[in-house]
Amino acid sequence: MSESVANNKSIPHESAHLHVTGDAAFADDISQLEGTLFIALFTSEKAHAKVISIDTSAVEASPGFISLLTTEDITGSNDCGPIIHDDPILADGVVSYIGQPIFAVIADSFLNARKAVKKAKVIYQQLDAVFDLNQADNNKSYVLPPMMLKKGDASGQLDAADCRLEGQFKVGGQEHFYLEGQIAYAVPKEDGCLHLWCSTQHPTEMQHLVAQACQLDANQVIVEMRRMGGGFGGKESQSAIFCCIASLAAKKLNRPVKCRLDRDDDMLITGKRHHFDYDYQAAFDNDGKIKSLQLKMLVGSGYSADLSGPVVTRALCHVDNAYTLDHVDLGAYCCKTNTQSNTAFRGFGGPQGAFATEYIIDNIARCIGLDALDVRKLNFYGKTENNITPYGQPVEDNVINELVAELEKSSEYRSRRKKIEAFNQSSPVIKKGLALTPVKFGISFNVVHFNQAGALVHIYTDGSVLVNHGGTEMGQGLNTKVAQVVAIELGINPKRVRATATDTSKVANTSATAASTGSDLNGKAAQDAARLIKNRLILFLAEKHAIDKGLISFANDKVHLGEKVIQFNELIQMAYEARVQLWSDGFYKTPGLHWDQEKLVGSPFYYYAYGASVSEVAIDTLTGEFKLLRADLLHDAGNSINPAIDLGQIEGGYIQGMGWLTTEELVWNDEGRLLTHAPSTYKIPAVSDCPAEFHVKLFKNQNVKDSIMRSKAVGEPPLLLGFSAFFAIRDAIASVAEYTIHPPLNAPATAEEILNAVDYCLNS
Amino acid sequence: MSVAESESVIRFILDGSVVSISNIDPSLTLLQYLRETLYRSGTKEGCAEGDCGACTVVVGEIVDGRIRLHSINACIQFVAMLHGKLLFTVESLQTAELHPVQQAMVDCHGSQCGFCTSGFVMSLFALFKTTARPDRSQINDALSGNLCRCTGYRPIIEAAAQMFEIERPDNWLTQAAQEHVSPIDEYESGLINLLESIRPEKILYLQHSGKQFFAPLAVDEFAQLIEQKPGATIVAGNTDVGLWVNKQLRDLPEVISLSQVNELKKIEVTDSEIIIGAGVSLSDAFTELVRHYPELNDLFRRFASMSIRNAGTLVGNVANGSPIGDSMPILIALNSELNLRKGKSQRKIALDQFYLGYQQKDCQPGEFIESIRIPLNNNHYQLASYKVSKRFDQDISAVCSAFVIGLDENGIIDHLRIAYGGMAATPVRAKNTEQVLLGKQWSEASVEIARQKLNEDFSPLSDVRASSAYRLKVAQNLITRFFLESQSEHSDQVIDLAGVSS
Repeated sequence: MSESVANNKSIPHESAHLHVTGDAAFADDISQLEGTLFIALFTSEKAHAKVISIDTSAVEASPGFISLLTTEDITGSNDCGPIIHDDPILADGVVSYIGQPIFAVIADSFLNARKAVKKAKVIYQQLDAVFDLNQADNNKSYVLPPMMLKKGDASGQLDAADCRLEGQFKVGGQEHFYLEGQIAYAVPKEDGCLHLWCSTQHPTEMQHLVAQACQLDANQVIVEMRRMGGGFGGKESQSAIFCCIASLAAKKLNRPVKCRLDRDDDMLITGKRHHFDYDYQAAFDNDGKIKSLQLKMLVGSGYSADLSGPVVTRALCHVDNAYTLDHVDLGAYCCKTNTQSNTAFRGFGGPQGAFATEYIIDNIARCIGLDALDVRKLNFYGKTENNITPYGQPVEDNVINELVAELEKSSEYRSRRKKIEAFNQSSPVIKKGLALTPVKFGISFNVVHFNQAGALVHIYTDGSVLVNHGGTEMGQGLNTKVAQVVAIELGINPKRVRATATDTSKVANTSATAASTGSDLNGKAAQDAARLIKNRLILFLAEKHAIDKGLISFANDKVHLGEKVIQFNELIQMAYEARVQLWSDGFYKTPGLHWDQEKLVGSPFYYYAYGASVSEVAIDTLTGEFKLLRADLLHDAGNSINPAIDLGQIEGGYIQGMGWLTTEELVWNDEGRLLTHAPSTYKIPAVSDCPAEFHVKLFKNQNVKDSIMRSKAVGEPPLLLGFSAFFAIRDAIASVAEYTIHPPLNAPATAEEILNAVDYCLNS
Repeated sequence: MSVAESESVIRFILDGSVVSISNIDPSLTLLQYLRETLYRSGTKEGCAEGDCGACTVVVGEIVDGRIRLHSINACIQFVAMLHGKLLFTVESLQTAELHPVQQAMVDCHGSQCGFCTSGFVMSLFALFKTTARPDRSQINDALSGNLCRCTGYRPIIEAAAQMFEIERPDNWLTQAAQEHVSPIDEYESGLINLLESIRPEKILYLQHSGKQFFAPLAVDEFAQLIEQKPGATIVAGNTDVGLWVNKQLRDLPEVISLSQVNELKKIEVTDSEIIIGAGVSLSDAFTELVRHYPELNDLFRRFASMSIRNAGTLVGNVANGSPIGDSMPILIALNSELNLRKGKSQRKIALDQFYLGYQQKDCQPGEFIESIRIPLNNNHYQLASYKVSKRFDQDISAVCSAFVIGLDENGIIDHLRIAYGGMAATPVRAKNTEQVLLGKQWSEASVEIARQKLNEDFSPLSDVRASSAYRLKVAQNLITRFFLESQSEHSDQVIDLAGVSS
């Protein structure tokens, strides 16, 4: 399907042989200690209410009941907000959404805990609840102050251009649906300490929040995390509540306590991708060149801030996507509603920002009767001019023009466009659509100080190597890549290198594995550690053999000293006996970043990753159902460390992005209860959604920046490739009215949404 | 039943040994038992409702002297229902080398986070053992109940093809499905002998923490028990009752399982009808139905998932009577009948008379459906059944429709039955629409009349799957689809998504 473009190898995921045998241990698979207890959470039945009384008498009489955990048991701070302290662990007096934990029941089994908690009776006094973003905006009810990003003179240019468009559209949220639900297992240790095994992208934050909740020092809490069964952002901040509850219960009872969630509870309690309502005015010339863009984004934050601040910052910094926008006036409003607190999700606001401009360009093209691809190409960033983003960072590594040109050719975009138009002429029921959409995605945390990482490398006397770093493995292949980096640095087979569980007692003060930075940061830190050891070995050999250091090299499990060759194992044994330190730490911080969060200007990104996709779909104009017929993806992963793993991220991201914009619909009822809280009602892509024709390639490129092996981050950017599926659907719908009407299609484009848009176009 | 005539030990075969279990809660799920008692943590809980496939295991039985395997969801299966069967979990495939299915998954980079992987491996293992060189649609079918959030499925689909290319020591376990049936080898004959050695000979009766579970062997005994215990829950595949236990945390004081009643597992085909017993799985029932009604193949592919179809029964779907059960519209349109039985007395009822209201049926306490009788298409009627849902695989219908039409030599409609699911409190016929069309020419003009008339038949609900307006609109459009399809021999137009490609 794809060729390797790097010298580096497509070795299997380091745990692949464990995944397929069922031997890979997830948090719930770790042998439980004798005396382990289990938690079930009582969650709010009202969207906004005062809690008047809680009757737990029947709960306490229930079989297997051990204890309750209430706000009174929280000795430290009742807060697990990652940035703003507005996120109680347990609701204290007032509940803010249906699903918010109020108290916990601890019992001798998972089932007994769940049965007991159902017997509680809570009386509420209802307060006014807000669910609609417009209503929250009218009330000026936000979880954070509004954020504005302006450049040039957007309103002035609005009148100067040839054409104008305005309108509204929406994009829905997205449930992470990590296959492994949230889980934390807390075990009390001597001297008040705690050891936690949990499923989290951010062990350090779990350590700190648990310490604060339990009134412990950070050095009393160890968080260990071998692997997650998927994260996608949902286990960045939102694993905290479960870690805190398990820890508080373990402290209270001095027993091991497990907090594992049933899927429905998980979906009811935790936040999702932010949904956005957009209102825009755009001006452009007759050829499609965008002159001005004014965009108001109402952001569904839910009841608390969580990560809405940085999510929305990234959204604002991605409205440009791959396009030069000289005159923009962008505003984002984090609306407070009585629903789950929305959080990080692959792309972290970037997809929602870029989606807006893609939607508007789709409309511009239809206005002037051009293929949307031509309008896109006309507006792409230049390489050395027309390359300043709205937030002031120059785009210095732009490859979007050549990347899209290559994909346009390899996908046979133009000839397929003609074929599709002909097909649609003669097919009244089934209509086809085609779209090509680009991606430019900024890599680095928008918060400068998060861009640091540490690692430890140990070489044991038998020549085997162990690497530990601050990143977390959630399936993205981080441990595989980091082990490869260490192997490449030491000139040894990757099979000699073992990556171990992330552990806050090994590498301290780690950043979340997020923002696609896992390999960039931790790979560099591990490389630094391996290099330090290698330099010591070189020094040792140079002295011992009186040879110039430049003549010593490491390759293929051997060390070359000019003509002489020593096995790597032998060298290590010799070095040990000569008392050379065979382990080292390593550290990395991304250079050259600066960001002014007040003014939203600076250079927040070390570099950009690029990609593009072409999707061809067919829709059924009788039912609104669609089928993805073919997808062609071309993506820039720089000099890929592991092409197979990168292709896996690209394909998986594309399908997940397509799911977000098509079948994945979140539905709340009028009382604010989430109705889609299980896979029976919330539909992520399944096997038949993978297209029959699927062409995926890496774009030949090298990072111009000194990133790890000149590769590029590949976790989040491919999610935006899924856009083309949505716009292909919109193209198919537009065909029913000869491409003259803008289909009023919101995302997700469910069958019902598609059929309504078809009917609108037919009846306009 | 007297206690002396019963046994109280559940026996099944796992990895070449007999597992004997006594004194357990009869509603303990197989997944709980595997993870918490046997410490086999390779099988995962992803949703506990049979919708994600992370808990997929493979079950075997002797059919016509050979071992037959199929995938099921361990999360909604009671351990007690494994009685007399053969079980494979992901750990069962472990030998010195990876199994070809596992090796193909590694080679194709088919796992990322790995949480869904053992479920996929088991679905692929069932495919490996049952289908020689499957095509893409057979692969899709086999994996329709397994969700993966990481890969986008492409590498797993590739592994499903590549697993047949990997050569491993040729024993039954690693022997791929053959074009020609291979003789029974030592491994398989060992399994057959083991299964014979635990063949249930008495009714299984479990009693634990105030709950009772019965798995009788003979249909008479089954009928007698149900009559004696009219409040008991009858289970066959447990694909719905499993959710009552896992999600609603209901205690089931009395459960009567028909999983051991071989007489109810029969399919009988006569000159005029197909009679499908209450114990026949959806998979087996659909295979037989498609033989006679190839038009229904696409509907049955979209019915739940492979692993649900393997466990659930057709009669269970009918008996459950959900307004969104996907088998009933076509069964009603085909004028199917039910054989009901209470103790020794039997009666027949037309399926369209069976549903009285939401969750209300013409079924007495102590009575049960013994079988369903589906007429053969001896009149050469045209028929179709369409399912509409958000997702192709494993989804619940927004609307499901079924049409059976007969035309005389002048193209006049002389037979018509139209039934819908998702449009009312029960699966139900569109009688006003049928009435207005009978005697008319089957034409575009008649379709327009029918579309309007449908408003008098239905006022559907709005819910999480669709709005009322969408349901009605689609219900009308499906009449149009049926008309277009019935005319399709006169046209080369593609009118459904199944027939379209890039």
